[in-house]
Amino acid sequence: MTGQTITQKILAAHTEDGRAEPGSIVTIRPDVVLLNDVSGPLAFEQFEAMGATRPFDPARIVLVADHFAPAPDVTAAGAIAMTRAFAQRHGIEHFYEPGRGGIEHTLLAELGMVGHGTIVFGADSHTCTAGAFNALGIGFGSTDLAGALVMGQLWMRVPDSIRVELVGTPGPYVSGKDIILELIRRIGSDGAADAALEFGGPGVAGLPMDARMAVANMAVEGGADTCVFEGDTLSTTDMALRGVPTAPAVLADADAVYRERIVIDLSALSPMVARPPSPASGVPVGQLRGQRVDQVYVGNCSNGTMTDLRQVADILRGRQVAPGVRMVVVPATQKIWRQALAEGLLDVMAAAGAAISTPTCGACFGGHMGILAAGETAIATTNRNYRGRMGHPDSQVFLANAWVAAAAAVAGEIVPPDEIAQTAKAAA
Amino acid sequence: MSLTFQGRVHRFGDEVNTDVILPGRYLALRKPEELGKHCMEGIDPDFIHRVQPGDILAVGRNFGCGSSREHAVIALKAAGVSAIVAVSAARIFFRNAVNLGLPVILCPEAATSLREGEEARVALEDMSVTQGDAAWRGLALGDEVRAILAAGGLVPRVRQALAA
Ligand code: SF4
Repeated sequence: MTGQTITQKILAAHTEDGRAEPGSIVTIRPDVVLLNDVSGPLAFEQFEAMGATRPFDPARIVLVADHFAPAPDVTAAGAIAMTRAFAQRHGIEHFYEPGRGGIEHTLLAELGMVGHGTIVFGADSHTCTAGAFNALGIGFGSTDLAGALVMGQLWMRVPDSIRVELVGTPGPYVSGKDIILELIRRIGSDGAADAALEFGGPGVAGLPMDARMAVANMAVEGGADTCVFEGDTLSTTDMALRGVPTAPAVLADADAVYRERIVIDLSALSPMVARPPSPASGVPVGQLRGQRVDQVYVGNCSNGTMTDLRQVADILRGRQVAPGVRMVVVPATQKIWRQALAEGLLDVMAAAGAAISTPTCGACFGGHMGILAAGETAIATTNRNYRGRMGHPDSQVFLANAWVAAAAAVAGEIVPPDEIAQTAKAAA
Repeated sequence: MSLTFQGRVHRFGDEVNTDVILPGRYLALRKPEELGKHCMEGIDPDFIHRVQPGDILAVGRNFGCGSSREHAVIALKAAGVSAIVAVSAARIFFRNAVNLGLPVILCPEAATSLREGEEARVALEDMSVTQGDAAWRGLALGDEVRAILAAGGLVPRVRQALAA
């Protein structure tokens, strides 16, 4: 028998017979099932239609009101009310609303429900964010997850694996976002179709957990079924900090079989910007110098972490958001919001003229809290820049890391962040 | 459910994502008739006026990529789309479509050759796609996918399992 990939090992540990050969169909029993206020209500209706009376295990179900939260209108309020009612009816304690929650994928990690070897089934395509923690997060639609709520299991095809070897140390203003934008630029939006992206190599050790989350989050933008980082001492310490029960890191065997091997030299990367309308159309930031922006949006499940907020504050401290530009900052969770407050970051941003939101998916998916008008352009730390993603079909979104976004806010146009960092600050 | 579908062809290109099939601002809606009105609004606002019940989509690479929103499949079905012939489809979209009984046939030759506005026929029994004198054969469905489609979707399939 040949060696196994990380993906195979984690999946095999969640099947009845302990087998998970790439290409085979297996039945997986996940550790956690995650739904939100958009995917949840559809799933709850299907749950009823299936004739089910109770979910498989209330303790392993997490429901988060994040997309349309706080509710912008009566329809959205109804969807959140349905989610809340499902939680109450079935004794699901993990139900989170504004004031206590945040964006589901960031929140799930904070709750201590994801660690080495965990499998999360989420009714959201960015469930792959869990890959940062040496776990597998797999996205599904609502009916599939209704099935998972009933049966505690789902069928899936075991993906092939693509090994992404990270080497070198990133230079200034290069973050997790740039690693994944570079990877997706190379492989295209379906380059990892039917595969799991497995990130490993000497470059991983230098990547903080927030950076790993930014990378894992956008695996689906490369078409991947899921993704996973090698576990290491950092992910082990991080589990302890988040209160996750200890479990050994899952590593690939030396003779594991991969569909493809890709090497990314982090020291060769520059900050990247993905042009609309595809996350796969990244170019080094310098190539887009001078591109005007109307709105700057920092937030979302990929880049709304403390790391991102500190990067924004680095650039904004002592500077101002340019006239005619709106800046919206959305910390990903309540805990992050409070820490940013305690560190004085929110005040730096507010003083610079940024609007600070309560945690929400908000404008990331064109829901609310910063929708774009026809003809407007935004730069955002989000993960999708499809046509009309943030509002009107004739608006456009550029994707970038938080330094680049903040630099654009100050300049009113896209500019390499080191150039802003070198400019004088106003007297404090 | 019937495993044969017939209707006129509407062509779309590569990477038609779920955001343009059903834009995010409508995600708080759930009723098929409400979602159907906005089908393809982000890429082709006129589509909803051209589409007829039973019509078939011929689409390019990575159809339905992006968001896992099942609202996209509900909107397509409510608009009248009966089957999709694709060069390739994103995993979550493919599963959602199967679960709601909307077949997606993976057949690059048919997807690129089907002519806009003309009648075509899709038969799941043999995975055939035909238009006029031309005929193609799509990728065979896996046993589980076939069982779900034959049951009429995942809801009836799970009902069967619960009753067993
Ligand atoms: S922040 Fe955006 S990408 Fe992330 S879960 Fe919310 S809507 Fe989806």
